[in-house]
Amino acid sequence: MNVTSPVRPALVLRQMHDKNRETTYHDVTNDICKQVEAGFNPRWMGAMAISLVVLAWGCYCLYRTWWFGLGEWGLNKTIGWAWDITNFVWWVGIGHAGTLISAILLLFRQKWRTSINRAAEAMTIFAVLCAGSFILMHMGRPWLGHWCLPLPNTYGSLWVNFNSPLIWDVFAISTYLTVSLVFWYMGLLPDLATIRERATNPISKFVYGLMSFGWDGSAKTWARYEMISLILAGLSTPLVLSVHTIVSFDFATSVIPGWHTTIFPPYFVAGAIFSGFAMVLTLMLVTRFVFKLEAYITREHIEVMNKIILITGSIVGIAYITEFFIAWYSQVSYEQYAFINRMFGPYWWAYWAMMSCNVITPQFFWFRSIRRNIYWTFALSIVVNIGMWFERFVIIATSLHRDYLPSSWAMFWPTYVDVGDYLFSFGFFFTCFFLFAKFLPVINMAEVKSVLKASNEQSSEGYADDEYNTVEEKAVAQH
Amino acid sequence: MANKSKYLVGIFDDDEVLIKAIDKIRGLGVKIHEVYTPFPVHDLDVHLGHPRTRLGKAAFMFGATGTTLAITMQTSMLGFLWPMNIGGKDHVAYPDFVPVSFEATVLCAALGMVATFLISNGLGPGKKAKMFDPRSTDDKFVMAIEFDKNTAFTHAQLEQILTESGVSEKPFEKEL
Repeated sequence: MNVTSPVRPALVLRQMHDKNRETTYHDVTNDICKQVEAGFNPRWMGAMAISLVVLAWGCYCLYRTWWFGLGEWGLNKTIGWAWDITNFVWWVGIGHAGTLISAILLLFRQKWRTSINRAAEAMTIFAVLCAGSFILMHMGRPWLGHWCLPLPNTYGSLWVNFNSPLIWDVFAISTYLTVSLVFWYMGLLPDLATIRERATNPISKFVYGLMSFGWDGSAKTWARYEMISLILAGLSTPLVLSVHTIVSFDFATSVIPGWHTTIFPPYFVAGAIFSGFAMVLTLMLVTRFVFKLEAYITREHIEVMNKIILITGSIVGIAYITEFFIAWYSQVSYEQYAFINRMFGPYWWAYWAMMSCNVITPQFFWFRSIRRNIYWTFALSIVVNIGMWFERFVIIATSLHRDYLPSSWAMFWPTYVDVGDYLFSFGFFFTCFFLFAKFLPVINMAEVKSVLKASNEQSSEGYADDEYNTVEEKAVAQH
Repeated sequence: MANKSKYLVGIFDDDEVLIKAIDKIRGLGVKIHEVYTPFPVHDLDVHLGHPRTRLGKAAFMFGATGTTLAITMQTSMLGFLWPMNIGGKDHVAYPDFVPVSFEATVLCAALGMVATFLISNGLGPGKKAKMFDPRSTDDKFVMAIEFDKNTAFTHAQLEQILTESGVSEKPFEKEL
């Protein structure tokens, strides 16, 4: 039976080197294992060196933060929370795409997630670790970090306050990290077994053998594996939504004008998916280029992700406008001032950077040619993440810097240590991501193989459409 | 794995051929030891007659345990062990306990279920895989038939049944 559906293009394209034949299961194994089995690529080493330098500088700034205390930061009596918490929320937001792709898209039976879920989940885990590092940083005394947990103690048995959203955050973030890690690792087992069976070097054979947990791919194991994937997806779906909801509660349950709005949970979740997908696109476009994975991460994948960016970006835009409307409609002068101050106060540049990056930029994706264009997508995905950083900065700094008492109004300016701590998270994130990309398969081979057959039936014309950036380029090339 | 058994191993190229072969072979009364595939093949366990996994029930039990523990912990800590007056609010305010209870439910369900999965499949760090053919993690579908479980058939008969069911290579014997 050969059914060709015009609305569902192929997920795996024909091989770059031989377009006359269909991709086989063995091609998938070879293409994905190649980068794990090959030696160190000079481009990889260069990228790794840069991220290690950034990480080293970040570690120096981290040392200053912990050794000399939070006085190293640009905080003052009015603004006790700015740069660190902005970075925290930004990273947690980025960490939303991976589990969304692997959990929610699994429940919705979206087959296109198969070639991007592995890297997106890895990115999630590293992003959440970066977010966690800012929690530890802003504690000032990180060795007392365990005080966040309800541990038995000798202070008259004093417990944590379960009425506080900050404690909810501790539970939400640590659960999210643990469940995402488990989900990711279970998905890795079959692929680690593939690498183990192919390994020729005894060290790789031993290490991948240890890591693959003795996976044999029996029908019984697969049936149970599919069951746990489904249940983990079902558990992770509300979990993803709960994490950013709880992060938004950190602000929404306070009494600060500009923060205590009921719109925060859905608005934060949409923003998180928005920035998460942007980061997935940034990383996947680079990975696709470096490891030559054009047959697996196709323009089709890029286009659907851009559609999600368009929709979540528009939700974020509506949320911005709704906040303004409600501030006016509430007739609360403090609330109204907070929003006028965002727009025209001393931080106007941050506000307009946020508006132009987050509201205007995604609207370009209404055009199919832009959604399918690699260069546009890459540039816009970075712009979106810059905008999302400014969103958090605007919400946090502008609401705090002019409080109820004009004599205490102040400004927050980051010091070099603030910037260095932010760079620490970048260095850490990219070091982890590059290590992952080198030593683990970046695409879920087993899942790609499971959609390969259906994809091959549709790929007879798939490639032609995929070689060009735009419809115009294709037309020019064909003449 | 002290006592080894002898198996007849058949290699298939295609999952649809494999499913048809399983139905045919089981129809003849041959007991299939296990089938190894590089990716999850839809309904393979149903065709093999494996019982439905009970991991879903296990996950529910772990999750319920997590909820109970979290609610008990929060109620006892804030309500009885050290009641704190925070802005005049109730000591035991259940709506405030929802986020932590939810997270604990998810955490216990996920970790408990995955631990059950690993134990029930004999998976764990350093465990050695029982591989009939290494290509079953790449592009081949491997079927293993244990001779001792099919004493009603001779070796030659089993080999003929397997050969006629659509294998892509000559079946071979393996001791594991």
